[in-house]
Amino acid sequence: MKAVRPRLLVLAALGAVAALLCGCSTAAAVRVRPWQRATLADDTMNPGRDPLGSAMMEHVYFSREAASGGMGVGGSGCGCN
Amino acid sequence: MVRLQSLLKGAAAAAFAALATALPAQVAPGNAFPSLAAAGLTGGSLPDTAGKVVFVDFWASWCAPCKASFPVYSQLNAAYAGRGLVIVAVSVDESPSAYAAFVARLRPPFATLHDSTQKLVAQVQVPTMPTSYLVDRSGKVRFMHAGFHGDQTERDLRREIEALLGEKAPSP
Repeated sequence: MKAVRPRLLVLAALGAVAALLCGCSTAAAVRVRPWQRATLADDTMNPGRDPLGSAMMEHVYFSREAASGGMGVGGSGCGCN
Repeated sequence: MVRLQSLLKGAAAAAFAALATALPAQVAPGNAFPSLAAAGLTGGSLPDTAGKVVFVDFWASWCAPCKASFPVYSQLNAAYAGRGLVIVAVSVDESPSAYAAFVARLRPPFATLHDSTQKLVAQVQVPTMPTSYLVDRSGKVRFMHAGFHGDQTERDLRREIEALLGEKAPSP
């Protein structure tokens, strides 16, 4: 009985890992497909769409952290090309 | 210890097998392109593609490179439609009004249909937006273009279309 218990535990752990991997491998859970990115490409998803607000935030960041640049990226969220 | 290793290998193999079955295969050069007629495309009539070289482009109104590609496709249509090229641009827009507005604004001279249920694009599994496929006269995908890269894509397309138009149609 003592020899069986660790084996069962290992098997249960492996089963849980396999189930987790299977769950994560479904298409819906992994990523949004290229043709499903209309919402991501919308302008409202762009955090830098307000230039004044962005400039103010950058200024605060610069003042507090003594760092500048590296804020934001070009383009929207459609991930095209 | 050996037993544990074999168990771990088995679990890893099962996980990879599950991953492989969860993702449908992408349509790639060498594969037959799915039937456009059976895809339930809306927004107009499907042009006759039998025995012709078909250029299928998947686009969306929210995709900036798609917008840049349409004038180039119009030029390709003007240059090669008379020699047997058929262009079918398939919109994957979820919003019918966005699709209609895009078409009304650009007024392309080739067929622009709507995959409103996204059935065809899910079947094809495009890797990015836009993606286009050049299908030869026998219905087999010969070239695929992921994305639109301006002059480079146009040059490649012209060379490939010339090559496919030069091939003989399969005997019925």
